Amino acid sequence: MAVTILFLGPLRDLAGQQTMEVEAPLNWSGLLEAVRPEVAGQLGEQRVNVACAGKVLADKTELQAEDGDEVALLPPVSGG
Amino acid sequence: MPLDVRLLDKGLSVGEALAAFNSAHGAAGGVVSFLGKVRPDGDVRALELSHYEPLTLPAMRELAKTARDRFALDGALVWHRIGVMTPGEAIVLVATAARHRRDAFGAADYLMDHLKSAAWLWKRERRADGWHWIEPRGQDREDIARWD
Repeated sequence: MAVTILFLGPLRDLAGQQTMEVEAPLNWSGLLEAVRPEVAGQLGEQRVNVACAGKVLADKTELQAEDGDEVALLPPVSGG
Repeated sequence: MPLDVRLLDKGLSVGEALAAFNSAHGAAGGVVSFLGKVRPDGDVRALELSHYEPLTLPAMRELAKTARDRFALDGALVWHRIGVMTPGEAIVLVATAARHRRDAFGAADYLMDHLKSAAWLWKRERRADGWHWIEPRGQDREDIARWD
């Protein structure tokens, strides 16, 4: 098993893919290295959130994804 | 059914939904509803809303609970479309039932402001030259800040 990174909304276009698999475990610096520089740049923005295993992280730099976890990258939302 | 929160991947029947909501809240003094639609703006041909399964619906349920407690609601209906829609189609239907009208109006307003800028949904439009992601507007952020 590995960690699946999921790109939501406009980040999917920036990443050029919907998902990617990386080796577990995955922390914040590992995430920044795993994704394209354009995506890593967006991750630095305060309004981009990260969820791990279905929970939005209060502090995304504390990411600690284990085997089988899904890490979702959540850009600013636009509903309604 | 005090709180009826759904994500729908097909069109919704507004009349039926509101009739059922109304009859489920016989003790309410007032029911307020808001229907949001795809605006036929310029060359917009379609609109697509995407969501994230583990977060979107659970967070919408939490939002509905917060609104119920804050405005002393008898009940709320919060239905949001996902998938591809065309101009004129319904995107979102919110209805609130309360003893008094101010609470029902306030809760519908509160729910809509939060669905616009705090629900886990991403919107893009298809125009003549392809798909474009919609950025949150400054106005949406100001609207939600009113409730802090």
